Amino acid sequence: MPPCDRMAEPPRRRFRYHAGAVRMRTTDQPRMPHAKLDLHQPTGDTVTTTTCYMCACRCGIRVHLKDGKVRYIDGNPSHPVNRGVICAKGSAGIKQHYSPARLSKPLLRVGERGAGEFREIEWDEALALATEWLGDVRRRNPDELAFFTGRDQSQALTGWWAQQFGTVNYAAHGGFCSVNMAAAGLYTVGGSFWEFGEPDWDLTRYLMLWGVAEDHDSNPIKLGLGKLKARGAKIVAINPVRTGYGAIADEWIPIQPGTDGLLAGALIHELLRTDRIDLDYLVRYTNAHHLVIRAPGAADDGLLARDAQGRAICAVREDAELRLAPADLPGIAPLVVGEYMLEDGRIGVPAFQLLTERYLSDDYAPDRVAARCGVEAATIRRLARELAEAAFDQAIELDQPWTDAYGRTHATMTGRPVAMHAMRGISAHANGFHTCRALHVLQMLLGAIDTPGSFRYQPPFPKPVPPPNRPGRDRKDNGALDAGPLGFVHGPQDLLVDAAGAPRRIDKAFSWEHPFAAHGMLQSVIRNAWAGDPYRIDTLLLFMANMGWNSAMNVGQTRAMLTDRDPATGRYRIPHVIYVDAYASETVELADLVLPDTTYLERHDCISLLDRPISDADAAADAIRRPVIAPDRDVRPFQDVLLDLGARLGLPGMTREDGTPRYPGGFAQYMVEHERAPGIGLLAGWRGVDGELHGVGAPNPGQLERYAEHGCYWHHAVPPSARYYKMANRDYLQWARGLGFLGSEAPITLELYSERLQRFRLAARGHGAVQPPDGERARVERYFDPLPFWYGADGEAVEADAEAYPLSAITQRPMFMYHAWGSQNAWLRQIAARNVLYLNARTATEHGVADGDWIWLASPLARIRVQARFHGGTAPGTLWTWNAIGKRRGAWRLDGDAPESREGFLLNHLIDELAPAREDGRRLANADPVTGQAAWFDLRVRIERDPAPREPGHRVEAIAPLRRPS
Amino acid sequence: MTALPPKGRVKLGLVIDLDTCVGCHACAVACKEWNDGGQFGPLEDHDAYGAEPDGVWFNRVHSYQVAAQAVPPLVRTVEAAAAAVTAAPSSGGCGAQADTGMTVHFPRSCLHCETPACVTVCPTGASYKRAEDGIVLVDEERCIGCQLCAWACPYGAREFSEHHGTMQKCTLCVDRIYNERLAPEDRQPACVKACPTRARHFGDLGDPDSAVSQLVAEREGYAPMPELGYEPVNRYLPPRPRRAAPPESAPAASADDRYDPAALPPLLRWLDRALSR
Amino acid sequence: MRPALSIVFFTTLSGAGYGLWVLIAIAVAIGAAPADRLTIVAALLTGLALTSIGLLASVAHLGKPLRAWRALGQWRSSWLSREAVLALACVPLCLLLAWRVESVHSGLRIRIGFAVFALLAAATVVCTARIYASLRTVRAWRDWRATPLYGLYALQTGGLWLWLLVAIAAPRTAEGAIGAAAGSSAWLAALAAGIVLTSALQRAYWRRPDDARPDTAAATGLGPPGSVAAMEAPHTEENYLLREMGFALARRHAERLRAIASRTLFALPLLAIGMGLLLPAWALPAAIAGTASAMVGVFVQRWLFFAEARHVVQAYYR
Ligand SMILES: Nc1nc2c(c(=O)[nH]1)N[C@H]1C(S)=C(S)[C@@H](COP(=O)(O)OP(=O)(O)OC[C@H]3O[C@@H](n4cnc5c(=O)[nH]c(N)nc54)[C@H](O)[C@@H]3O)O[C@H]1N2
Ligand SMILES: Nc1nc2c(c(=O)[nH]1)N[C@H]1C(S)=C(S)[C@@H](COP(=O)(O)OP(=O)(O)OC[C@H]3O[C@@H](n4cnc5c(=O)[nH]c(N)nc54)[C@H](O)[C@@H]3O)O[C@H]1N2
Ligand code: SF4
Ligand code: SF4
Ligand code: SF4
Ligand code: SF4
Ligand code: SF4
Ligand SMILES: [Mo]
Repeated sequence: MPPCDRMAEPPRRRFRYHAGAVRMRTTDQPRMPHAKLDLHQPTGDTVTTTTCYMCACRCGIRVHLKDGKVRYIDGNPSHPVNRGVICAKGSAGIKQHYSPARLSKPLLRVGERGAGEFREIEWDEALALATEWLGDVRRRNPDELAFFTGRDQSQALTGWWAQQFGTVNYAAHGGFCSVNMAAAGLYTVGGSFWEFGEPDWDLTRYLMLWGVAEDHDSNPIKLGLGKLKARGAKIVAINPVRTGYGAIADEWIPIQPGTDGLLAGALIHELLRTDRIDLDYLVRYTNAHHLVIRAPGAADDGLLARDAQGRAICAVREDAELRLAPADLPGIAPLVVGEYMLEDGRIGVPAFQLLTERYLSDDYAPDRVAARCGVEAATIRRLARELAEAAFDQAIELDQPWTDAYGRTHATMTGRPVAMHAMRGISAHANGFHTCRALHVLQMLLGAIDTPGSFRYQPPFPKPVPPPNRPGRDRKDNGALDAGPLGFVHGPQDLLVDAAGAPRRIDKAFSWEHPFAAHGMLQSVIRNAWAGDPYRIDTLLLFMANMGWNSAMNVGQTRAMLTDRDPATGRYRIPHVIYVDAYASETVELADLVLPDTTYLERHDCISLLDRPISDADAAADAIRRPVIAPDRDVRPFQDVLLDLGARLGLPGMTREDGTPRYPGGFAQYMVEHERAPGIGLLAGWRGVDGELHGVGAPNPGQLERYAEHGCYWHHAVPPSARYYKMANRDYLQWARGLGFLGSEAPITLELYSERLQRFRLAARGHGAVQPPDGERARVERYFDPLPFWYGADGEAVEADAEAYPLSAITQRPMFMYHAWGSQNAWLRQIAARNVLYLNARTATEHGVADGDWIWLASPLARIRVQARFHGGTAPGTLWTWNAIGKRRGAWRLDGDAPESREGFLLNHLIDELAPAREDGRRLANADPVTGQAAWFDLRVRIERDPAPREPGHRVEAIAPLRRPS
Repeated sequence: MTALPPKGRVKLGLVIDLDTCVGCHACAVACKEWNDGGQFGPLEDHDAYGAEPDGVWFNRVHSYQVAAQAVPPLVRTVEAAAAAVTAAPSSGGCGAQADTGMTVHFPRSCLHCETPACVTVCPTGASYKRAEDGIVLVDEERCIGCQLCAWACPYGAREFSEHHGTMQKCTLCVDRIYNERLAPEDRQPACVKACPTRARHFGDLGDPDSAVSQLVAEREGYAPMPELGYEPVNRYLPPRPRRAAPPESAPAASADDRYDPAALPPLLRWLDRALSR
Repeated sequence: MRPALSIVFFTTLSGAGYGLWVLIAIAVAIGAAPADRLTIVAALLTGLALTSIGLLASVAHLGKPLRAWRALGQWRSSWLSREAVLALACVPLCLLLAWRVESVHSGLRIRIGFAVFALLAAATVVCTARIYASLRTVRAWRDWRATPLYGLYALQTGGLWLWLLVAIAAPRTAEGAIGAAAGSSAWLAALAAGIVLTSALQRAYWRRPDDARPDTAAATGLGPPGSVAAMEAPHTEENYLLREMGFALARRHAERLRAIASRTLFALPLLAIGMGLLLPAWALPAAIAGTASAMVGVFVQRWLFFAEARHVVQAYYR
């Protein structure tokens, strides 16, 4: 354990209190009736800084220990993420750390799977067993290991480990989380919403929140909203539900779920119609002026016209002469509409014109979309006008000279103070990728990406569009994959499909079914492994993902699949399940071998720029977590265990030549010594032997001490001249390259029009070496539209009969709970130990539901009995509840009659992980066809009344039982 | 002393901005945590992992639906709901969903009243108001747990601990705000320091020049139920009216009119636009 | 408000005790008391038993019973403290008087002692009433009838107890003034009149309009009356505030209980008194029935007094 900052808490009287913010004298206290009142009691004996992990926001905290116990956790005032504030979960960390649900020893299953009968075993036995199973797999076929992780933040290690093991079957939870957000952003603007970008909290005058309840940036968003409120900036919440952030918004747009793409399209329509767009911005920073080949039937139809050097070209007018020029030349005057003859005599059309043709069509006219979106046409027109006003009539000019990527200096920075932020309300739909792309296009039209007052990138973003790393495909001689298992597919040739076009990954990510599944598809793994589609696996290694409950779609069948035996062999269809959890979650009882992790206060973790960074728009940042207190149970940090397992398995990178472990010091040693590329490791701060380098530099043996001295974070400011227009700002590009974020200083072009998508469409049309199987051609053709478009339930995702299931059902994150984790927390469950179903009084009336009634919600899969509550802030036709409050009876060491299981519920029982059958009878994942993002919020249900609506009690009834694949 | 001290010049209290509060409960849990481990603690938890989880909190956060016009508090029957729905005129807003109301979060803790009956009813003097800063405290050594003070408090700020047998309440973090063991920037109530939207402010409401007093003056801060005569010190800043209309003046001469698609094909107007890359 | 049994017991039993004390003390002070020392002493000691049981019950209600003595400290501001002080002051005086009293023809000093005692006992009841009636947080209790009702119930139940004691003693006191006073028709008629008065007052109290003010809008200050409704409480499960101050009694229940209280408090005792007047031979059973019935009734009444009262803090949860 590293030393604590013992003196961080000032000794008594080192600071003399004097009249300050609060004017008072402490001396003249009259007769003190309160004899024992001690105004100067120290908080604890020691205080140690580390990083919170009660959620993925990763705030800086100070942990105060008293008599060897955690006495108090507060926000670290100097930390860039939270600036001293702390959320409800963060403060409740004490109760999580001392939760009775903590696992205390490795467990080996002795009874049937699911029965929860285990034998406690020693770590040696556990690791030997895991080594045996995994060793066999690796010798036979490394892909028989499916290693999937949930809400962890150690993908820099776990992904690398899977790569060394040699399996393509690795992913973190992003596929069921928000990959639409990430992929749409990274394939469009080289950055994204989610936690990779932020509104310019200090300068924006107009913020549109699209489908955001809480997001990962919990505290930064709240701090930001506080700033906007203090300034009186307008906030618009587009959300079927008005709670939380929506509650303090100036305007609430109660949109019908899944129709944001239409609304965004109508806003684009209006901006184009009224010509309130920033064309200069478009031609400077986007591919609006790039010429698109119009040659129907040709192999390059719809691709960008390029010159001999492969540079995209555009049409320019010079001295009344039309000519073609490389599109990235500075100083030219590009044309954005018209048809132009290319060198080869074919026609090229500027991308912008294609965009306008799409969005000026009546399909996106406000009057057309109003009813479907549930937003009046006049409101849509007003919103468009307000956006334009904020962007153009209230433009900002920052007195900050800067140099663009072409070396031209500009005296000021022009800002479009309209910002947007979007999250799972957009992405958790099967049309989320295109909807999110539409939002980025909307921002481009407003000239509002990385300008003062608009959406801003957080380093290491922007990256080239898309980022260069492709998913690993082949195994090297040492058995390791040639690249990490996750990455970005640039064209059909990068897909993980076999010669027949069938998926190579167990989850079918990067296949023709979901080509851009950049985060894998955790939600498909169990179904596919059970069904043997595309193949069977041997071992499922799950880390920190409650796949037996709130993280699963179709909970009932998922549990059945995990416990199902092959009638032929009598063996479980998924032969080995190893699960790593810190607590007695619903998934523990479904594992064969359970490896108990520590709590977040007992281990080293790395919040790395190679993973999901904690940077803000003005600085690159990373952080560590360090042990504050020693475990009192026989548990081990999973990162240490992974490295140990790797060494036992003899994996490359984890063993020395002589066969001894490379990192006997565990993850702490790995964090410091491992280099991904020369000079680049997990931590960017204090590199180089003497700790003077940042970003790139030799490993520094004293690195962790330096982090510890600095509150466990590294925060490296972007130079003032590099803070905006990062995609084309020379100072930024140089700075980012110097830190190893970018491979070159070339400007990054934002893609209004996606040639990448068109390549897939062309493959579907029969061009190129890698083409989809015939059955998938039409689908690829449809969804790989190079311009964003909106499609509704007429798509294949959820086509449940609209009349039979007329209502939308969605969930929201409660601000004080983190998924499954919160309910074991003695304090947090005092806030909510049950959830209800909220609906608008009008909707309730239509379905004969009274306030407080117990009703049934039914989908084709199952029906659940829940309590209904009226809520004026819910759009008609929408039902919602708080996510993950419902618990399985007996899990999390809660009493059997805990309200969480008696009355609390999950919608997950109703959500199918498969879309309805297509015409050819196949059922694909209930996911976005482009990215594989789980379509949680496409759920449609109906209300069935209960004969005894006043009798409390939650129940689940299966409607569709699990049917073995034939 | 149970008798109230003469009104002092210093009136420490909280100012809570309901326009900014997102209802995250951070203040409530931070309060629980600070006090649970401190000298006013522990704050009992009862049946922490069982069927009736419950405990003592000094600060609790409510959520309310505020309708533009009066509605029955809870529509209990289908008929009443139907009546309410059909009655509501859809004024502006968003078509079918016209709901001009608000969702408002409302943190509730001791308001450190100037003339609070919670002090005067106390038979033992355990409940008292400090003369020097107006903080209302319970001296747990003296409290006999008669609970009368909780009955006397209209704001629900006092919670009785079965475990201790005594009454507990918000201390305005008296053990933080003067605490010389804390760094000066930490000498503020735990809930104020925690609040992620910075909707909570702490200061001297007796000093008209203090930041909190000015905030109250500017935003017309109020105390609920003044008619009861407790004279709370804390203030709530009311939610600002929601703005469905543009934030500032009307739009610059309706941009819609600038272009007439009937007269000119849409794309042509961009044909001659001189752009610069 | 939660009708805590300890408090219901306390206020009803001690109420009867103080009422009994007040009546016997007045009787002795004005010389209308029985010559029989035994009956006087019995009345004083019965009162002592009733008030002591009541006080013990109230101590049991405390979170820290061993610190109960601290309640004596704040008589200058707290009605509860005043009540405690007076209640304690009554005890030695009661014992002293019980020791010194000889008969109804006691000397002036003794009679003055009894007068002071009557005042003390009456004041104690008033203090008890004021504990509740002074709370601005419970509208129902701010009703002007609350305090007189407390006093009347004390006198009524105390009076019935006195009748009972006299009826027990009657065979022994042939010539006794008790026959002249407590047993006399006039005295019983006065008691009956008191009961009728109490009943009228009680009915008025029950019938007063019980509006729900302050409503949630007023409690939060968020809008015009009726515009604010709870969406979510700070806690999904019950907490102290809801248990203690959120007690809600169904109207149906309340009405049934009121009917029971009316019958047992007023109808039955009046009947018993009537019987005592008409059939003196049946005086003892009549007195037993009347007193027992009234004690049950006052218990129900007191339970309702708490259970029906709404605390303003409920407004935050509606
Ligand atoms: N406190 C807390 N914080 C968390 C988490 C947690 O569990 N608790 N989880 C973390 C994780 S893993 C994630 S992925 C993020 C997710 O962060 P968010 O995306 O903020 O999470 P959700 O609660 O899923 O929010 C979805 C929002 O979209 C709305 N919505 C649903 N459908 C639509 C739609 O069609 N259109 C629009 N416009 N809105 C819609 C919902 O009403 C809801 O407000 O939060 C992270 N932060
Ligand atoms: N209906 C519905 N379902 C949803 C969603 C939704 O919006 N609606 N959201 C989806 C999304 S976006 C996500 S990200 C998932 C979240 O799903 P998961 O990633 O599964 O998140 P949790 O269920 O919170 O946690 C998983 C496990 O991590 C364990 N854990 C906690 N701390 C530690 C630790 O320190 N070490 C280890 N080893 N384990 C630990 C917990 O005990 C828990 O069992 O849920 C998904 N499910
Ligand atoms: S937002 Fe997340 S990381 Fe930050 S304090 Fe809360 S739980 Fe911890
Ligand atoms: S809010 Fe309640 S507890 Fe606090 S001073 Fe006022 S009356 Fe007393
Ligand atoms: S509970 Fe304690 S503080 Fe409250 S009135 Fe009784 S003795 Fe005083
Ligand atoms: S001031 Fe202190 S005691 Fe009072 S609510 Fe805030 S944190 Fe709790
Ligand atoms: S911490 Fe701040 S924003 Fe959150 S509930 Fe409390 S006052 Fe509101
Ligand atoms: Mo997520």
